[in-house]
Amino acid sequence: MDWLQVLVFPAIRALILIFVLLTGFAYLTWYERKLLARFQVRYGPNRAGKFGLLQPAADAVKAFFKEEIIPNHVDKPVYLLAPALALVPALIIWAVIPIAKGTPAIADVNIGFLWILAVAGIESYGIILAGWSSNNNYSLLGALRSSAQMVSYELPLGLFLVSILILAGSFSLVDLVESSRQWWEWIWLWLAFPFFFICILAETNRSPFDLPETENELVAGFQTEYGGMKFALFFIAEYVNMISMSAIMATLFFGGWRGPFAEQYIWLGPIYLFIKVVVLLFLFIWVRASIGRPRYDQLMKFCWQFMLPLGLVYVSISAVLAVFLK
Amino acid sequence: MALLFFVLVGAVSLAAALGVVMSRQPVHSALFLLTNFASLAVLYVTLDAQFLAAAQVIVYAGGIVILILFVIMLIGGETNDFSAAQRAWSRVVGIGLGVILLLTVSYSVLTRMLKAPDDATSLLQGGTPAAVGNALFTEYVLPFELVAILLLVALIGALVLGRQSEGTGEGVPSIEASD
Repeated sequence: MDWLQVLVFPAIRALILIFVLLTGFAYLTWYERKLLARFQVRYGPNRAGKFGLLQPAADAVKAFFKEEIIPNHVDKPVYLLAPALALVPALIIWAVIPIAKGTPAIADVNIGFLWILAVAGIESYGIILAGWSSNNNYSLLGALRSSAQMVSYELPLGLFLVSILILAGSFSLVDLVESSRQWWEWIWLWLAFPFFFICILAETNRSPFDLPETENELVAGFQTEYGGMKFALFFIAEYVNMISMSAIMATLFFGGWRGPFAEQYIWLGPIYLFIKVVVLLFLFIWVRASIGRPRYDQLMKFCWQFMLPLGLVYVSISAVLAVFLK
Repeated sequence: MALLFFVLVGAVSLAAALGVVMSRQPVHSALFLLTNFASLAVLYVTLDAQFLAAAQVIVYAGGIVILILFVIMLIGGETNDFSAAQRAWSRVVGIGLGVILLLTVSYSVLTRMLKAPDDATSLLQGGTPAAVGNALFTEYVLPFELVAILLLVALIGALVLGRQSEGTGEGVPSIEASD
């Protein structure tokens, strides 16, 4: 029975999770197109199915039947590995996120926070390797930009995570959601949320920080040489990443699965988490529709001269608060 | 099952380590190094040292290998320059260092084997974050601070080396004039 507990149940959970996330990705593209269209006073997709709801399926079929082209000048093993390496971290970061009372998505480990930091750290590999293996100047420039950007913004992101950790007093995300917080803790947390969200935008390479793929200067950045299903994998990675990061923000700042009656009826937990994720995803798309892209040096300057000192100050004040008020 | 798992992961990490030294493409070497670090992290988890595993991934996979890739990309890893390996003395030095490493490792392994084997799980109880933190900031606080000073010195050294001479103004050619 041991192997059943150790291998089979987690495997089934993981499969369900992947299925849910990929479906979520498909409808996130629909959600984004519809919202962007509304922001720009258009209709958005409305041909395939009612309200264009079958549009993601049509897109999937199109991506599957595209011809697989591998350019001659690429480093083949790395070129093929990169899209997979981009997608995997976006999926596995879910393992520690609690989805209902006492239930993490896969496993409750006592290093939940560090898991998030670790996975965020390896997220840039897909992009770096794609850019390098494509053997193309635009791709390489995109890759270098993105890795510098992600490594830089990881620092303030990590500092904010550490502050939350200091106040929570436990590495486990399951404990974090279940422990009760005082009112001043919530206010102190929410003060950090806008800055945390900026770091997340940079980490996920989302607009306005989508400098790795600025189409007006770098063609398509690191993904220039990719087509068909391999391009689709990068696309999936970006969107699943958005979902994962929204779930993490919901867990850290807005109580995750918590909501009225979620303690009594466990099945309500995932529904509340879903609603919070959808609201946070709206934020991503809202920002994309509203804010223009900064220049690259502005982006780096903002991180090193503003976000990093701010993060350090935030950590110190959090530590003082944790010692004197808890 | 634990033994089978250990053998499998160990084989992967050994194969990756061989790949690091045998592949002719620097980026492939870096990737094998990444595989090696990741499989070591998996081994730490099986020893209940979850904090060590996470730290391994955060520091080595998330930081150091990315920096290595950066350097390879910036100086152009395409050129297979093996001139260093063709010098006569480099072989002697390499073999000598290898023998020293082998001797130290086998010494520590053999002296350990004479004693009764400790239970890894109870030994690495310190693998949880709280225990590691307590050990670092009480028993080992002096070495910890010394390492911090060492890193600070390295940081300042890099800054001094990276800064250009006074006359040329700012170190990095910037496009700030267009602000």
